Amino acid sequence: MIVLESVSFAYPEHDPVFVNLNWEVARGEAWAVLGPSGCGKTTLLYLLAGLRHPTSGVIRIDDQEQTGPRPRTGLILQDYGLLPWATAYKNVTLGLQIRRFYGPDGKHTPSDENTADHDRRVDYWLHRLNLTSHANKYPAQLSGGQRQRVAIARTLALNPDLLLMDEPFSSLDAPTRESLQNLTFELRAEEDLTTIIVTHAIEEAAILGEKIMILNQPPNCQPVFIKNPDAGQLDYRHRPAYYEMCTKLRQHLEVNQ
Amino acid sequence: MRRRDVLFGAIAILVIWQMAALLVNEPILPGPIEVSRAFIEEMRGELPQHFLVSTWRVVASVLLAVALAAPAGLILGQSERLNRLFSPLVYLLYPIPKVVLVPVILLLFGIGDFPKIIIIFLILFFQILVLVRDSAASIEPKTLLSVRSLGAGRRALFRYVYLPASLSAILTALRQSVGTAVAVLYIAELFATQQGLGYYIYLNGNTLFDYPAMYAGVVAMSLLGLGLYFTVDRLEHRLTPWKFVE
Repeated sequence: MIVLESVSFAYPEHDPVFVNLNWEVARGEAWAVLGPSGCGKTTLLYLLAGLRHPTSGVIRIDDQEQTGPRPRTGLILQDYGLLPWATAYKNVTLGLQIRRFYGPDGKHTPSDENTADHDRRVDYWLHRLNLTSHANKYPAQLSGGQRQRVAIARTLALNPDLLLMDEPFSSLDAPTRESLQNLTFELRAEEDLTTIIVTHAIEEAAILGEKIMILNQPPNCQPVFIKNPDAGQLDYRHRPAYYEMCTKLRQHLEVNQ
Repeated sequence: MRRRDVLFGAIAILVIWQMAALLVNEPILPGPIEVSRAFIEEMRGELPQHFLVSTWRVVASVLLAVALAAPAGLILGQSERLNRLFSPLVYLLYPIPKVVLVPVILLLFGIGDFPKIIIIFLILFFQILVLVRDSAASIEPKTLLSVRSLGAGRRALFRYVYLPASLSAILTALRQSVGTAVAVLYIAELFATQQGLGYYIYLNGNTLFDYPAMYAGVVAMSLLGLGLYFTVDRLEHRLTPWKFVE
């Protein structure tokens, strides 16, 4: 589904973050990108979301070269990116409003967008993510977990096939974080999503990534790839294999640093 | 603020006023009852006409300032390059007390409403420009990125992010500056006009020495300021309710 061919990227007047990076992600896979602060995880996500462009090399998604944001790619950011002046309901409808604003132009909105079911989709996601009773609250009135669920509902209402998440649960307390991690896996199975989550938390990478990419301090040219096929299974976080995976990831990070 | 508290504040002011009037015991400071009587009397005369003229001048200034300063602030707030170009100009012009320009503007634009509107406009313009510019410039880059990731291009960002953000800034600027606007209106109406509350107050206080009538004018001007402030306050609650949630 996603192919990165010799992708290099540098911010103006800075050292390169990526040099000749190659990577392939198949449809339906759950990836975690793990690395220390400043390693370029978020930049990688922005490149995949079409919000930044490679200095050289090519990113292809579904055989299409990435030139800008793609309507079926959803991005969820660390601090949610919600509009403070809009209620939870309005925030969830935001992407759909933008689609109606442009109409089915194939660039901002998929050309086969069905605007008739927008209301139904919003209601469904509010209900699915237990937000119906909070629909009229503003972000400032919601807890961190509720805000994150609004951000997830807003993205999923757009029927994405690729979900990119930037440290989405890092500021949440442990029980909320675990419940949202489980939710991510449920939604992935229900919606047939490809997910890529970037995180600095070893435990989160082990829980959410069936495949894990470990980035080093830039420039990244040959990241480490690790398979973690048991991720996503219901009791995985209580099994010895999970702790072994965490130890393995920790060792890789320490070696790289 | 609760209505009961506002009412309590109003009563406190009236009591202090009455006590001051009793203490001073001079025609220059009549008590609230005497002024209320004069106010009702004057409202049957020319006072409403002066009130309407002043209201028109200040409302026209507000509308003109919003119409020109809000788009300018939005453009500067969105474009780092333009902002860098114009910010020294704004930085130097913003703190100039515009009221000192009254004689110049009167000389340039002559008599009539226009110069008065221009003076108030100048004060509001910079206030709104600076607040809208800063609010647009301070929108979190992550908010912009996340809305862009939902498919928003420049037009949708403007419609769904910059415009609502600037609405809040416009109302804050107006709330902060309507008091100044009415004060400057008074100064502007001292010159080259025979209409408006400023003229009315000055005429009764300094020429006719009719102090109760003068105070009726002061009350009318206070009501104008209060009315504008309450209007902006209500608009703020209605249009930006998210700022008042607990």
